[in-house]
Amino acid sequence: MSTEGQLDTIQMMVNMGPQHPSTHGVFRMVLWVDGERVVDLEPHIGYLHRGSEKLCEGELYAQIVTLFDRLDYISNLNNEMLFCRAVEKLMGLEVPERAEYIRVILCELNRVASHLLFFGTFGIDAGAMTPIMYAFRDREKIQTMFEAVTGARMMHNFIRIGGVKSDVPEDFGQRMRVLLREIRQGIDETDRLLSFSEIFLARTKGIGVIDAETAITYGMSGPVLRACGVPMDVRKDEPYSVYDRFDFGIPIGEKGDSWDRYYIRVEEMRQSMRIIEQALEQIPDGPTITPTRLVLRPPQGEVYVRGENPRGEIGVYLVSNGADRPYRVKVRPPSFCNLMALKELLKDTYVADAVVILGSLDIVLGEVDR
Amino acid sequence: MAERHRQEETPQAPVALDDRGHALELLLPEVLAEFQPEVGAVVDLVVAIVKPQDVPAICKLAKEDPRLSFDYLMCLCVVDYVEHLQVVYHLYSTTMKHMMVLKANVSPEKPSLPSVTSMWAGADWYERESHDLFGVAFEGHPNMAPLLLYEGFEGYPGRRDYEMPEYREW
Repeated sequence: MSTEGQLDTIQMMVNMGPQHPSTHGVFRMVLWVDGERVVDLEPHIGYLHRGSEKLCEGELYAQIVTLFDRLDYISNLNNEMLFCRAVEKLMGLEVPERAEYIRVILCELNRVASHLLFFGTFGIDAGAMTPIMYAFRDREKIQTMFEAVTGARMMHNFIRIGGVKSDVPEDFGQRMRVLLREIRQGIDETDRLLSFSEIFLARTKGIGVIDAETAITYGMSGPVLRACGVPMDVRKDEPYSVYDRFDFGIPIGEKGDSWDRYYIRVEEMRQSMRIIEQALEQIPDGPTITPTRLVLRPPQGEVYVRGENPRGEIGVYLVSNGADRPYRVKVRPPSFCNLMALKELLKDTYVADAVVILGSLDIVLGEVDR
Repeated sequence: MAERHRQEETPQAPVALDDRGHALELLLPEVLAEFQPEVGAVVDLVVAIVKPQDVPAICKLAKEDPRLSFDYLMCLCVVDYVEHLQVVYHLYSTTMKHMMVLKANVSPEKPSLPSVTSMWAGADWYERESHDLFGVAFEGHPNMAPLLLYEGFEGYPGRRDYEMPEYREW
């Protein structure tokens, strides 16, 4: 056979990031491509490494809550709650019922806000510019709500060891019901706009498939693992706080492709709103914080506490030697584990799909690098 | 960092195992008998302290034994206790929903122990991170390049004796 007229192909190295809009932060990956196909890749992280775990060793327990805010900066309240739960478990501290309900309401609202952000940016990754406008419109309402309750749009430092900083405003219940109605409408609207659009389906269906077994060996969690059909959710497996009192479902996918990962988050927003509605019904009156000493000295010991973040399962390993500062704090960040499997997901896909697959993992570099 | 305001006697956190934990505490010495682990409980976790060279064999057993089936590596980290470094593995079973902690002590001078990347692919970055921050070498790891720190970084910033450099304006 003659080779005349045929072009030789060579492997080419393409550097993507760290300053690239689709990497959602400072993440760099080096792709080796053969034509349009990805042959190999090497992810590079660490651009945002601030040594949070080491910083924790030098701070008082109450001060560390602010450091946890800055790990996953899209879902601050979930992170705060995790650390507070770890200290409470070590100290055997009881949290008032009302505080638990306020925590759950705010954390679930934060989950909706986080998924709305994903919703918009994933649309952009796939080439749809409009959804982010709708998503941000709704997310802005949630941020306003957070501001009314906690005093800050992000980095709230609202959940404290033993409870929450203060009670919610008087008209909280009423405003929440209005907010939920508006968000539900907004989600339905964006869902109609994006989820079953022919172009969007073509870009995401069957793209970046991972099977359950591989996902488990990589330690993936959250919507990414549930998309493979594994119903793993800490809120159900090991109910913490007052999650065992609510009736809610865990959406799972079938194929483990990018579309499943996307649609699970849409469904999760609806489930989160169901939880908030039930919590608003059940919320009792009472105190919102157990008084503790300003400088806490938990007993000697170690705990590992798990929590369900919007991005997956987060964990904290807290070692105390009885001093006023922790001996060691180790965070298990969900994005870190999800991102590790990127190599597996991107092998033999097209370069154009790389952005969609990375977007479907919904990483936050603040917690990947810590 | 020196422990300030250290109390004379630090109380221990009470042990409170749940049913799964109790079952595991009884089961572990039996399954891992040949490795002679020190099995105990801290707060709500079952802890087994083992020899560093046994870690891969124990992990393989823990993953494959149907009574344990620890198929999920939750977390891998290093704790610096000054006289030794402790490598801590948090293992979880997605089917049985139980959890255990595996610990191995290594010397701080030349810390090294075998890698578990062949058992759980998810150990990859954790081991690289531990190497960056604590200098623990994981034998048999496919790529031990720095992950969080830059090439040529001096020292191990995770350790207790690491001194933070003075802040300088560039």
